[in-house]
Amino acid sequence: MALFEVAGGVHPKDHKELSAYRAILGVPLPAELCLPMHQHIGMAAKPLVQVGDLVSKGQLIGLCAKGCLEGGGSNTAITAPVHASTSGRITGIEMQRAPHPSGLSEIMVMLEPDGADVWGELPAPLDPKTSSFAELVARIQQSGIVGLGGAMFPTAAKLETRTRYDLHSLIINGAECEPYLTNDDRLMREQAPKIVDGISILQHILNVPEVIIAIEDRREQAAEAMRAAIGLREGMKVVLVPTRYPMGSEKHLIKALTGQEVPAGSLPSALGMIVNNVGTAHAIHKAVRYGQPLVSRIVTVSGGAINNPGNFEVLLGTKIGHLVELCGGFSQTPEQMLIGGPMMGVPFSDLEVPVTKGTTGILALTKTEVKPGIHRPCIRCGACIPACPCGLQPQDLFVLVSNEKIEPALEAGLADCILCGACAYVCPSHIPLVQFYHYGKGQALLMRQEVARAKRLKRLADERLLRAEEKARQKKAKQEARKQAIAARKKAQEAQEAQEGEGKA
Amino acid sequence: MSRAKIISAPFTHATTSVPRTMLLVMLALAPATLFSLYQYGWPAIILFFIILASSLLFEALSLLIAKKPVTPFLLDGSAVLTGWLVAMALPPWAPWWIGVLGGFIAIVLGKHIYGGLGQNIFNPAMVARIALLISFPLEMTFFMQPQPLFAEHSPSFMQAMNLIFGGGINIDALTSASTLTQIKVLQFDGQSIEGATGLVGDLQTAMLGALPGSMGEMSALLLIVGGVFLLLMRIISWHTPVAMFASMALIASVAHFFNPAYHPGVLTHLCPGGFVLGAFFIATDYVTQPVSNTGRLIFGAGVGLLTFLIRAYSIFPEGVGFAILLMNAMTPLIDHYIKPRIFGRSKSGEPLASKQPGGGVQ
Repeated sequence: MALFEVAGGVHPKDHKELSAYRAILGVPLPAELCLPMHQHIGMAAKPLVQVGDLVSKGQLIGLCAKGCLEGGGSNTAITAPVHASTSGRITGIEMQRAPHPSGLSEIMVMLEPDGADVWGELPAPLDPKTSSFAELVARIQQSGIVGLGGAMFPTAAKLETRTRYDLHSLIINGAECEPYLTNDDRLMREQAPKIVDGISILQHILNVPEVIIAIEDRREQAAEAMRAAIGLREGMKVVLVPTRYPMGSEKHLIKALTGQEVPAGSLPSALGMIVNNVGTAHAIHKAVRYGQPLVSRIVTVSGGAINNPGNFEVLLGTKIGHLVELCGGFSQTPEQMLIGGPMMGVPFSDLEVPVTKGTTGILALTKTEVKPGIHRPCIRCGACIPACPCGLQPQDLFVLVSNEKIEPALEAGLADCILCGACAYVCPSHIPLVQFYHYGKGQALLMRQEVARAKRLKRLADERLLRAEEKARQKKAKQEARKQAIAARKKAQEAQEAQEGEGKA
Repeated sequence: MSRAKIISAPFTHATTSVPRTMLLVMLALAPATLFSLYQYGWPAIILFFIILASSLLFEALSLLIAKKPVTPFLLDGSAVLTGWLVAMALPPWAPWWIGVLGGFIAIVLGKHIYGGLGQNIFNPAMVARIALLISFPLEMTFFMQPQPLFAEHSPSFMQAMNLIFGGGINIDALTSASTLTQIKVLQFDGQSIEGATGLVGDLQTAMLGALPGSMGEMSALLLIVGGVFLLLMRIISWHTPVAMFASMALIASVAHFFNPAYHPGVLTHLCPGGFVLGAFFIATDYVTQPVSNTGRLIFGAGVGLLTFLIRAYSIFPEGVGFAILLMNAMTPLIDHYIKPRIFGRSKSGEPLASKQPGGGVQ
């Protein structure tokens, strides 16, 4: 299949050789699991269990009250339930530090495994061929499945777009463009038939004739395994895309595969397409065929400071420190620890934070890998412009945001920035550009909220005024009516008196 | 400049840095410079180091006054490179105060007045050259026939010190006008320049470098070698130099075709090193050229055109410096109008049309 040119992008050293040859291993049960109630985009779940409760593996322990258990409706709230990753006892429900750069705390359910690790009562397997769209989407919703490529967007809500848009293509994202990460690569090499089954289920749900599985051209073994698993299935094919960052960005992947650009501010469904990650397809296979909710995911542990890098199937809620220990600990003090890849990952320093549904990798990088530099003034070299995959002028946005000119920055395309970091990667002045864009986007959000708040206040004030006027008018009308009534009565009385007078006379 | 802890990705970086860029440009300049220093002997060497030292001094003073950290900025190499380019743009046997003044104008008036590295509108080295040329036309057009080190007429170290610091230059026998000056004289006299090709020297000498001129005009060939090195190392993009060469070649050949008695041929325009130095090392200055490749094509073409016009119709024999400064002034305008199309938007910035009735809006 002919590919289309995507402008921009960079070629960072991928370091995938550190973990690409390590098969996915299980992880011994840790002493304690720590399950955040907010592992997805949207509303946080609320704990359904109490301290001391015994739970089985796969038992629902967190749900957003507004969450739509029935599913299938067009008003599905954006949220995802949380399940117990193993069987055991709830030892605490407390605020703990979340795996997020803010270091803020959120509600977590602490679970002490009993060691049995047995599944509880699971919903019956579904046959995708005979199940309805609503049944399948509800199953995916109830299984807590979110985008496992790291975005964590509830998958059921994404699939709902079928009811609103005319879809024709499903794109499966196996283009793992972040350096170091090999979790999708290994999953495709080892579990291709299950992934392909998950993809078929997705294809059936979305009722699309075409499925494209995009894999980086350097991941030949993964592509081979997927091709073999696809076999003679119709409408499904593997397409190799150039190994370049950020090829895994869904909008850029679509451009490379179809030559079409998703309009600014729109979703891929605007073009009749929908993009899902290979890991998500795997989770859907397990949820539909076995009724198993999402309780684990594949995580790459890598980086120059890790003794034995590898790929693991990790129970959600496992503390990162447990994984690092499993990898033989650190070979040296890491310069930087990250959740996710080095281009867009989130820094962390507390080994007590847990693996969540969005943890694609855990990296411990050395100084030579991070290459920290002194932040110098911009010399307008323009290296960031050809690097930007979104056609922006990163140096302009930087100047605007650093001068607090948020409105002009938005006009210059700040909202179109995907925060991929390609600009900052090539910047010879080591300017932390993405940090400025994060700030600018944050300020823009505050401005929008402020405008919305002002509008709301104005509306409320207007309504109050209207109500007061209405009340005054009603009062006046009432008074008027009363006056008239009195006048009428008086008249009637007078008339009667006159009549009576006449009568007497 | 800050060392504040970065909390936002990316946490890896390409092997680029400002000092590395500056170092590579100096490396590219080195062959032509060494050859020039050899050809012009001790006076040139002494002047070269006077300019470098004064540039560093003025940089340090400016940083102190601006309350910026001195060491990291001094070590970024930008002041050394600016001084180096000033030296390349001056006559090799100029008196010491021309060199010091050059360093002052470039660093203080050309760069720090605007706010330091990355903030200036005009190329500092060209600001220095043009300011000196207008203020001191005699000293600035005092060109020598090359006197290679250890050759018969080459001044010794002590003689050179005397020459640079003494002020009195009484070596008229060795002075000479540059090729372009000779042409300008003929043009003013209303004489045909056609018969004068022997006078202005042939292409080979121009390429290899044995013609009188500024230090950087010495060897076009070695400058081209340096320029190609910068292109290969991806320090500069091809757009500015190629546009400059192409526009000059086109205009000069058309002019020469219609009036060979007045307009010299293309090679006379391109080969004295001034144009080559300008194309690869001055016009490509990141700070003062447009940021986009399309913008750089316009910029380069503008420099070529203006250089030709100045050389042909003004009182100045050489026009690269003026042309670059004039186009530097156009850079903000070019950058304002030449912008890439944003992904998912039309050229005018509107979101592309959706293929769905609902629009698929997020």
